[in-house]
Formats: sequence, structure tokens, C-alpha cells
Amino acid sequence: MHKCVLLCGVGGQGTVLASKLLQAAAEAKGIGVLSAETIGMAQRGGSVFSHLKMGDDIYSPLIGRSEADIILGFEPGETVRMLPYLRKDGVVIVSKRPVMPVTAALMGSDYNGDAMIDYLKSKVDKVIVVDTDKAIEDLGSAKVLNIVLLGAALESGALDITKDEIKEVIKKRVKPQFVELNMRAIDYIKKE
Amino acid sequence: MHKEILMGNEAIALGAIAAGVNVVSGYPGTPSTEVLETVAKRKTEDIYVEWSVNEKAGLEVAAGAAYAGGRALVTMKQVGLNVATDPLMSLEYVGIKGGLVLLVADDPGPISSQTEQDTRTFGMYSKVPVFDPSTVEEAYHMIGEAFELSEKYGTPVILRSTTRVSHGYASIEIKDEAEYYKNKPDGFIKDTGRWVIFPRLAYNNHKKIEERNASLKDEFSDYKRNFIVEATGDKVSSKKGIATHGISYTYTMENINPDNSPKLLKVSTPFPFPEKLAVEFLTGLDEVLCIEELDPVIERALIYVCGKYGLNVKIKGKLTGDVATSGENSVDSVKAYLAGFFGEKSDSEDTFDISDAPALPVRPPVLCAGCPHRASFYAVKQAMKGKKAVFSGDIGCYTLGNAKPLDMTDTCLCMGAGFTIPQGIGKVEPDTYLFGFVGDSTFFASGITGVVNAYYNQANITLCILDNSTTAMTGHQPHPGTGRTMMGEIVEKVSIEKVLKAIGLTVVETVDPLDNKNATLTVKRVADEPGVKAIIFKSPCVALFKPEACAGIDSEKCIKCKKCINEIGCPAIAIVEGQVTIDTSLCTGCGLCAGICPVGAISTERNGGGKNA
Repeated sequence: MHKCVLLCGVGGQGTVLASKLLQAAAEAKGIGVLSAETIGMAQRGGSVFSHLKMGDDIYSPLIGRSEADIILGFEPGETVRMLPYLRKDGVVIVSKRPVMPVTAALMGSDYNGDAMIDYLKSKVDKVIVVDTDKAIEDLGSAKVLNIVLLGAALESGALDITKDEIKEVIKKRVKPQFVELNMRAIDYIKKE
Repeated sequence: MHKEILMGNEAIALGAIAAGVNVVSGYPGTPSTEVLETVAKRKTEDIYVEWSVNEKAGLEVAAGAAYAGGRALVTMKQVGLNVATDPLMSLEYVGIKGGLVLLVADDPGPISSQTEQDTRTFGMYSKVPVFDPSTVEEAYHMIGEAFELSEKYGTPVILRSTTRVSHGYASIEIKDEAEYYKNKPDGFIKDTGRWVIFPRLAYNNHKKIEERNASLKDEFSDYKRNFIVEATGDKVSSKKGIATHGISYTYTMENINPDNSPKLLKVSTPFPFPEKLAVEFLTGLDEVLCIEELDPVIERALIYVCGKYGLNVKIKGKLTGDVATSGENSVDSVKAYLAGFFGEKSDSEDTFDISDAPALPVRPPVLCAGCPHRASFYAVKQAMKGKKAVFSGDIGCYTLGNAKPLDMTDTCLCMGAGFTIPQGIGKVEPDTYLFGFVGDSTFFASGITGVVNAYYNQANITLCILDNSTTAMTGHQPHPGTGRTMMGEIVEKVSIEKVLKAIGLTVVETVDPLDNKNATLTVKRVADEPGVKAIIFKSPCVALFKPEACAGIDSEKCIKCKKCINEIGCPAIAIVEGQVTIDTSLCTGCGLCAGICPVGAISTERNGGGKNA
């Protein structure tokens, strides 16, 4: 039995930290963890991903197609790009806010984030869209988008990790002055 | 023992520390860099660690340490091994006393390299034994085993990893500090018959090396990390087997049903090849598929074994077109190889098909907003407008200067070639302005010899040193121009300007590339000087400091000519709802765009004062 999580976005959005927190929480529970992430050239405004596998009988740190139980999408277009990795009955958590490619002004681009969200909804049964701008306004910080998305993923119940377990990890890993903000961020998305 | 979540490269570093390494050297290069950085971070007090000026220097430092009985580790990426080839080829003949391991990280794909060369093949060529781990945990244990083998046989040993092993993470059991092996070197003992390479020594030792490698084939056949997995279920009666290695072993295991799995050979020491184990594996099989990345090393070795032992087994893989000859494997590509080999159906209909998705954004790597390299390239471009000029680039962030709209990298070959390629072009095309662009770290690594060559051999070239005070591409490592060492010392910097002047150059100008007017004028003036001349474009990498300013656009003044966008391609300038705007979260206030605006609509203000329209 194992769970596969794919985190994706654009370099600099905090996918790596979110992945690290999940790993640490799994590790603390004694669950085996393997992961892999983009390092190097692609980090400069490029598409980035983290693959995370938790459980037994796992060998490769990379996930295969239709293997992910959940995609944590930090950006709508990047989430669509990674959709082939999701199980047909998997869950998508996605941030609503598009990140324009850095070359958009130069090359011309009709990239539309809402069209990507609509496309995701047309394909996947379980899509949770996080209103990023509202979350940032409510929380008063743009730096914890990764934690908001992580909270939504835990809330969905698709992972064997609880919010309390992640909170313990945050308390250990995040600077004391930011713990309270992170706690609010993890609880931001609640079941309706 | 305790558990930790570690990156493969961190595990290798901790494995080396636990194995009593005394000296660690290397040169940064993806995907190897984190090994040395982790040693520096987690080392015990008695370990010496340095970023060497290049891989050749790194290996020679490590060799000296090993001559004196120390355990030494030298780290590099696969193309770095090319630079270290000269000492490695001879070192294999001379041998060592203390264990010496080369950590060489290969880059299938390639993801951030010039070549897809396979260090397993390099091991064969240099006669150096090679270990090839599949997982983070295996890499941790293997480096200790590599040190033991190295010391036992007095030979350097290569631990070869690949991107997915080096950059993968796993939670593994590692030793506590109290459990570390302590190596106490007994020092360098003079013996010219041993340490001075002469033809006679080379002849004698060559013979010994061949004998040793022949016996290592047997020793490796019993090595626990080379093993056969017996078939299960229906596959027991099948006469088809799989041979694999490295990360591809994990992809294979992911795709195998443990209750119906084929006979499998995992090869962890591709050289010398575990021949006896291979014979045992091949016996009873008709057909074998070799699932490998990069070169068909196992495939060739098995074909050889079949010939040598008269085994009638069909060996398939890259040479037969059953496995891709280039690029990296994945869980999915291996799934398809296995399905093809066993004639089973691949269940692709269960995968989301996104061929009907709206056009996805393209995100090519670009120079950062505010990157001084952009300004340097732009100054040269402006100065050479309308003139016949060739721009030779080199390895580093500035290779990205090739992207439009800058389009300022006409050639890029390997470290240091930015200064030497244009010299050759000039011998064929003397009426062309020739420019060589080399970064500061690359200048020290292999640029200096090219300058000497140009100066002495009467080239006519403008050398542009892009000095951003760091090794930016690989994650900001110090180099001789930074005045910091990996041991934490603050030391005298090596001055690029003084080096150039000492070689004999009389025209050596240092400019601030962000002062575009002056930089452009300087390029114009210097390029027309005869012979070899240099311009040092000096401005720190934007990742090294917090921006103190930000640009803003006066929307009333802006005439939407988009000159700022089309001239420099800065990622901080975008068009939002028809207005040219500046992304304040990216802008560093470098001011390059302000100087370009024909109507003076862009201004920079200190401390995030940018007013977006």
C-alpha cells in the first residue's frame, strides 16, 4: 500500500518546502518515503515538480503515469501538464492564480488560467480550486500559498497524514515568528 | 544508527564521512554539487574540504592525500571527468595508498549537461573499477565499500551515480558520529619506484592491473549488490530475463508484479563485469532484455559472455533497437519496454489524455530579472550593431544569452572554449570582430590557458569576463575570485585583472555592465584596439543581494512601443491588460530598461518604490 503525491508549479513557488513537510510528517509516522524534485536550470522561472511516494514496496522516487493519488498544483497550466500522472479517480488541488511565462510579453501568449481550471474540472471528478488571491488577502501574506495548498490536500483525506501531524513538523521546521501564520494557512481550507 | 531523510548526494557525503574520509575536493557541476557541499556542512573537525579550481586540480589534490595514506574523495559531474582524465589515466597505473574514490554524477537526458557520456564506459577505458548505485541507501553504503576496495587493491575507484539517484530523497538508516571509521594516515613515504611514473613502471603495473581486474570479475560475482532475482509465478517457466542497473532497476521493480516476475540480474559493478554471476543468470534463458541508461554497457558485456561461454541467448537492448539509445528512462518507458518484451498489453487507456487541453504555457529557462549578464550582452550587442562580429560563449548561466531577443551566443562547446574557439575563427575569418564570453568561475577553471594562447599566438580578440562574483549556475559556490574557501576562511582574492595584465595584456578595462552608456562606449573603443584585449564586466549575481530599488513605468508617458521588451527580454516586464508593467516582485531596479525607453517613461526608485501603472 502506498500513496503518490505530485507537486507542480513554477520555480520559486515553494513546492519543495511543501514536499519536505509531507516527507517529514510521513517519516515521523514511520512511513517509508521516496521523493525527487527538479534541480538546476529549470528552476529559473521554469516548470518544476516534486514527486513523493510514501508507503511500502516502493522502489523508484519517480511516479509513473496514472499513479499519483493527488496532484498539488501551484499553477493551473502546470497542473494540466501533469494530469497524465494522476489516477483516473485521483484528486486535484489547484491554485487559481496563473503565472504568466516570463517570455509571454516577448513571444505573445494567450495563456488563460481560468480556461485551464475549466479544463481540469471537465476531466477530473475531484478538483478543489483554491482562490489564491483571496487566501493571500485573508492571511495577509503571499508566502504561505504552499501551506494553504498543503492544508487543502490534507483536508481532502486523500493522504494518510493529518493536519495535526503536519503542524508538529511545521513547529519544528519553521522560524518561530512564522509558526502562527503557517498554522492559519494550514487550516485555511476547511470542509464545506 | 539513526534515520534521516537524505538526498542521494547527501547520503554519499555522509557515507564518505562515516568511512573516515580525510580530504574532499571537487568542482561544482549538476548533478554532483551537493556531495561536497554536504561534506562541508556535516564534516567532523579533522576533514579538509575544498572547491578546487577545476576537476584536474581536484583529482590531483585527492591523489596527493591518498599517496600520504589519507582517504580522499573527489567530486565532479560527467563532463568534469573529461577534465580530470589526464591525471586519472596515469593515477590508475601509479596507484594509491589511502582509499581514493571519484564521485562522478552522470546526467541522462541530458538535463543540464553538454553530453550523455557514460562513466561506466569511462571506467572500462581507464581500467578503474566502477560502482553504480540504484538508490539513495545503496549509494550511502557503496561509498564505504568503494573506499575499502580502493585501499585493498591500491586503485582509485569510481562511484558513479545519475541525476535521479543523486537528487532523489529517501529516509535511510545512517551511522551516528560515534560509529564513524577514523582513518589515521601514516604520511607520505618516499619511494620513487612507486610514485614516479616511468615507462617501466607503467609496463609492470599495466600487467598487474589487468590481472587484478580479471580477479575482480570473480570477486564482484560474489558482491552482495550484484544479484539475481529468481522468477516467480508463470514467469518461472518463461525463458526470458531482464538485466538492469542504477535507477532503471527501480523503474523495473516498480513495473514488476512480485507474484509473476521474470528472472532478473542487477549489476552494481559494471566494470569489472561480474562474469560468473552473469553466466549463472543466462543459464536456462533464451532471451534477455537489457534496460540501461546511456551506453549499452551490460548489453555488450552479456553478448561477450555469451560468446566466451558458448551460450545461445539472444541479448536485446539498445543495440537491437528495443530500448532508446538516448535520453533517460522513466517508470513509463520501462513499462513499455517490459510490455514489448513479454508481449503483454500496456494499459494506457487508464491515463488522462491531455491532447485536447488548451495550449500550455512554454517556460524556457531565461536570465533572471536584473541579471548583469543581460546588461553585458546588451552593451556588446549595441556596440557591434552593423558590424561583422562573432560571439563565443561558455558554460554557465550566461549560456542563456543565446535566447532571443539578446541572441548573443553564437558558439558554446565546453569549459574554457569561449576564449579559444574565436581564436580559430579569426585565423579563417580575419575581418570579423571576435568576442569571447567567459564567467569568473570558468575563467579560473580553464579560461586562463586560453588567454595565454591568444596572447602568445597573436590573436585579435576581445575577451569579455562576466564577473558576477560567484559560481551562479550550480548554486553559488565560492571560487578563487571570491575570497572565501569551503573551510570558512576569508583569504586574499585572485584578481582577474592582475592575472590578465601579468599575461601581458595592456588593455584591461573593468566596467559596470548596468551603466549601459559607459559599458557600450568601452566595448566600442576596446574592440578596435589591436591584439588581445579584455573587458571585465563586474556586477554581482542578483541572487547574492536583496534588491534595494525597483523600476516603475509612468503609464501616461509610455507610448507602448515595447522597445524595453523587444530589446532585452527581461522577465520582470510584462503586458497586463494592454499596459506595459513591471513585476515588482521580480524587478531588482537594475535600470537597464530605463535607459532603453525612448520617452523616459521608466524610472527606478530605491527600496521597492516602483509605481505600477
